Amino acid sequence: MDKRKKITDTHRNSPDTAIYTQPTPLTGAETVWATLVGEGVRDVFGYPGGAILPVYDALRKFPIRHILVRHEQGASHMADGYARASGRVGVAMATSGPGATNLVTGIATAMLDSIPMVCITGQVSSKVLGTDAFQEVDITGITLPITKHNFLVRRTEDIAPALREAFRIAQSGRPGPVLVDITKDAQQNTAVFDFAAAAPQPYRPHPMLSADSTSIREALELLRTAKRPVILAGQGILHSGAMEQVRALAERTQIPVACTLLGLTAFPASHPLNLGMMGMHGESWVNHAIQQADLLIACGMRFDDRVTGSLSTYAPNAKKIHIEIDPAEINKNVHVDVGLIGDLKEILETLLPRLPGRDGTAWLHAISAMKGDASVHDIQQLPDNGHLYAAHVINDIWRVTNGNAIVVTDVGQHQMWEAQYYKHDSPRSLITSGGLGTMGFALPAAIGAKIACPEKEVWVIAGDGGFQMTSPELATIVQEQLKINIAIVNNGYLGMVRQWQETFYEKNYECTPLISPDFVKLADAHGIRGTHVNRRADVISTVETARQNPGAFLIDFHVEQEDSVYPMIAPGAALHEMIRRPKHNPLVETATEE
Amino acid sequence: MLHTFVALVEDKTGLLARVTSLFRRLNVNIISLTVGGTETVGVSRTTIVAEAAEDRAPRIMASLYKLEGVLDVDDVGRHSAVIRELAMLKIAANQNTRSDLFQLAEVFRARIVDLAPESLMMEITGSASKIEGLVQILVQGNYRILEMARTGRMAMRRGHHASSVLEALGDTTPRVDPKTFSKVLRHEAPDLFEDEHHA
Repeated sequence: MDKRKKITDTHRNSPDTAIYTQPTPLTGAETVWATLVGEGVRDVFGYPGGAILPVYDALRKFPIRHILVRHEQGASHMADGYARASGRVGVAMATSGPGATNLVTGIATAMLDSIPMVCITGQVSSKVLGTDAFQEVDITGITLPITKHNFLVRRTEDIAPALREAFRIAQSGRPGPVLVDITKDAQQNTAVFDFAAAAPQPYRPHPMLSADSTSIREALELLRTAKRPVILAGQGILHSGAMEQVRALAERTQIPVACTLLGLTAFPASHPLNLGMMGMHGESWVNHAIQQADLLIACGMRFDDRVTGSLSTYAPNAKKIHIEIDPAEINKNVHVDVGLIGDLKEILETLLPRLPGRDGTAWLHAISAMKGDASVHDIQQLPDNGHLYAAHVINDIWRVTNGNAIVVTDVGQHQMWEAQYYKHDSPRSLITSGGLGTMGFALPAAIGAKIACPEKEVWVIAGDGGFQMTSPELATIVQEQLKINIAIVNNGYLGMVRQWQETFYEKNYECTPLISPDFVKLADAHGIRGTHVNRRADVISTVETARQNPGAFLIDFHVEQEDSVYPMIAPGAALHEMIRRPKHNPLVETATEE
Repeated sequence: MLHTFVALVEDKTGLLARVTSLFRRLNVNIISLTVGGTETVGVSRTTIVAEAAEDRAPRIMASLYKLEGVLDVDDVGRHSAVIRELAMLKIAANQNTRSDLFQLAEVFRARIVDLAPESLMMEITGSASKIEGLVQILVQGNYRILEMARTGRMAMRRGHHASSVLEALGDTTPRVDPKTFSKVLRHEAPDLFEDEHHA
């Protein structure tokens, strides 16, 4: 059997649409797919097994593309990447026991980054539930703290209501992953499927979720009187679809914007008011601007420890306005003066008409002056000294792709270089694991992104360490015939850990040197073309080759081994106490010490 | 400090585990937890007493709200509220010592609910400090407490306050019937005194 042909035949039998208009008896397995189709799902990432087999058996009757993964962790990362790229709910499926536990890392990744995702797992038959049956695990217990909600469904008639509610919960308010565990007998038995009657209660925002008029007035007052304001842009802007509103706020009031890692694509990088990324590896002027600000307007971000540095010294002179949909985030890490709880877009639309224009020239000039020679960012102008630097690689990928690709990164040094040297102008064009920092995320998440946005150019940027964590998904790329370009930033180390060892552990490189397979041969074994790059002169032409190649393409960039990401804030240090790029670093002509 | 939260939750399997798991995740120790029925079918009332810094209460409440199935949360410690606990004490007592215990029970408005040749059981309802007062007297009087069971606190706000969420759900029945409202107040008055007396 030609597996590829079979798999790409996505137009399976269309279901009888009558099942959505009149109650029809269906098996639980059919109910699962019928409900997914009814919820608008077209793609599911999964791996079959005993306790989910009835569901897989019923798949042929429904117009859903199933992507067979090589490890269930891949399924949850793919569903995650799918959701991040498209804004639609990603769906992952696995069997009971080990299938379910393999999803866990991906679920936690989605939880920490507030990604809408529904995971469906098979469970042993309800008769043997709780008996330690073969491949039984209490997955609802295991995922309790890492899901927004989860369900254990024992009866066929409960499947559709549970799944529909799962979709509602995953998308409403602050999004997050939801797991639905369905016993095998519930899949096998038959019940009347009534899609309309299974509709969940509409999302009722809690009364706390309202920006009261007093707070709005206070926020306006702070905005009117601020001399040195900074907007902090987070991923909540993407979730709320408030890109235009944030831009209008910045432009009307001439307030500069600093982005979190997950908020990097929420505000165009090329916009003159965009300062860049804040935090641990943010550029010095961004962090200095925050530290000197007299007003911070935090939009859909949560003051993570990676963006605040030491809390006791964080933005000491700034009043803080926090616009956030999750009331539990207000005053969690940073005490704020005005908390506006609710949907960011709605709140900004309330604020905007009442905001007068503002002259921000003095403050913007002050920030520009802070850039000084640290803003030497045009690294293309630097002479080739015979070494290949990751920053050059990433900057060249940006230039060749005109900044239009969806870049999916793994976690580590390359992730921070990506954030610094790939300029994202369009929303959702950077997919990266921020909160959990999950190595192995890039390759499967890129598959999810490509399935969600087949028309987009998708690039994986991963380190040699993280890539090996999920590299079996190369086979998924081949089976699904996906055009994904893979750039491995290969420095022979677990680079970010090595950098910490260099800085904080006296260069004791314990367990960070890393032997990798020949990634090009590994790609070749999967039927994926690839090539090595050792010289800066070859970067652009190879990136072009990869783009022109009709199928997936892997480039193994052998970069400088002991390069480090700068600036850097030591854990527990203040945001302005940055370790700057050393003077001998070839990526900057000069730099000043703090 | 001690916080007293009242959460109205849907009466469903696993919801209690979600509530307690949340406190564990927030690294907050639960001092006492009571769960029971309410005036609404399908809604359980949990009273949670937890030890946490004062400024953490809003986040704990907000996190409780975020749990699916939690309908309403109140931080009753911040309002005028009646807070009660029930304790049962089994105390070693023979013919000679019984009468003293009867007197103690009367002073503390406790009740003797079981009597055996070598022991008796006392039931006491009231504020935590009242119960602790009784225990202290018993210990200092060299009585042997053989067994003690305490329910943990239950709490209800004073006056005509009702859950805004239940009202929003269409439940318009007043929590307290206005006609009996004044009676309720009168009835509560001695308890108010009691709270202060033992505080």
